[in-house]
Amino acid sequence: MAKDDKQKSFLEQLGESQVWKSIIRSGVPRTRRQRMHAILGSVFLHLHPARLPKHAVKVGYTWCMGGLSFFLFVLLTITGILLMFYYRPTVEYAYTDIIDLTEQVPLGMMRELHRWAAHAMVLIVWLHMLRVFMTGSYKPPREFNWGVGVLLMTMTLFLSFTGYLLPWDQLAIWAVTVGTNMARAHPFIGHEGPGASLLAIGDINLVHMGSDVRFALLGGRFVGEATLLRFYVLHCIAVPFIMMIFLAIHFWRIRKDGGISGPL
Amino acid sequence: MSEDKKIPAASVGSSSDSPFKSSSMERRGFFKWLSLGWLAFAGATGGFFTVMIRFLFPNVLFEPPQTFKIGFPDDYSTNAVDISYKKQFNVWVVRDDETIFALSTTCTHLGCTPNWLQTEGKFKCPCHGSGFRMTGINFEGPAPRPLERYKVSIANDGRILVDKTKSFKWEKGEWENPESYLTV
Repeated sequence: MAKDDKQKSFLEQLGESQVWKSIIRSGVPRTRRQRMHAILGSVFLHLHPARLPKHAVKVGYTWCMGGLSFFLFVLLTITGILLMFYYRPTVEYAYTDIIDLTEQVPLGMMRELHRWAAHAMVLIVWLHMLRVFMTGSYKPPREFNWGVGVLLMTMTLFLSFTGYLLPWDQLAIWAVTVGTNMARAHPFIGHEGPGASLLAIGDINLVHMGSDVRFALLGGRFVGEATLLRFYVLHCIAVPFIMMIFLAIHFWRIRKDGGISGPL
Repeated sequence: MSEDKKIPAASVGSSSDSPFKSSSMERRGFFKWLSLGWLAFAGATGGFFTVMIRFLFPNVLFEPPQTFKIGFPDDYSTNAVDISYKKQFNVWVVRDDETIFALSTTCTHLGCTPNWLQTEGKFKCPCHGSGFRMTGINFEGPAPRPLERYKVSIANDGRILVDKTKSFKWEKGEWENPESYLTV
């Protein structure tokens, strides 16, 4: 666009306006330094590096798995919030609300998006871990971030597991029955696990069917109404809340540990 | 701190006759209260986490009772499995030639609920195909041990009382325990 000294373009006027500067904090960035400040001054961009090394955009090396995992997390958060407008976590309504979501709710696709994105996220998080392992990107100074990543993967699997119960069909109920039975065998805090029988006062077992870790997870002795509500709260609020904290740490540490790893 | 105790920053800690020396009791008092404050904070935080854990264990369950009556011994015919208490209480009542016992309906493999197949005379689990005899002994599929039995007794009114809080495992030899069956 041709411009002279007298007449400034609309974009230039916008860049110097008070509204723009109050939101973006700096004017239109012209130098490298200003561009860097524009990144650092934004809450959304400041977790990212101010400048990227060239190898960081090599898809053949990174597979873009971390970015895709985060994209799916955001997609699942948005579709999940939308599903919450229709879904009621009670024995009476849960199953029919899912049918309603697929057959009657406009477009009928939010539930499918949520379901398929959830499957994809589990797959992609594993592939992300595989890539990081195969490229040796877990080595110092990134070993702490590997640990954070393992926690994030565990939370991804737990979100997948808790979400699995919510349709409240036969598959869900029995899969969660089988899955939570593993908690019986947890050392000391599962009533069938090693060491649980040591925690007793005389003849009274402290860790039994009605007081072990499985009981706390289910809110009862078997998968029932309380379990559905518990898994709903864990799935929609508790785990995503903790996960977002660890996601921030994960992204921040990528940058602090020397940026995204590259081919040696 | 009062105004007249102002000193150049460079001399702090470097001079033995620092004006801070005279206030050493204040420092000690300060650290005493600081430690106390931290202890109180740690205690309150620990206490709250304990409360949080306890909060997850409900006092009242909206589940069928663990102890219940299942009618008179004569209500049960010999060599038969009664499935009428399966849905509500998760037990099968089995009567053989000499005894009546209450079998848990929880598969010992991964916790599904098998079905009683009358014509084949066995319990068959739909999840992974474990099979159990009428006695509860496992004979096919992945189940590693027999079904558990629950405590049975005769209540004052002559009916059978099942207590699911006490279970008996075959592999521990507990089926020999007279509380695990009723002689009829």
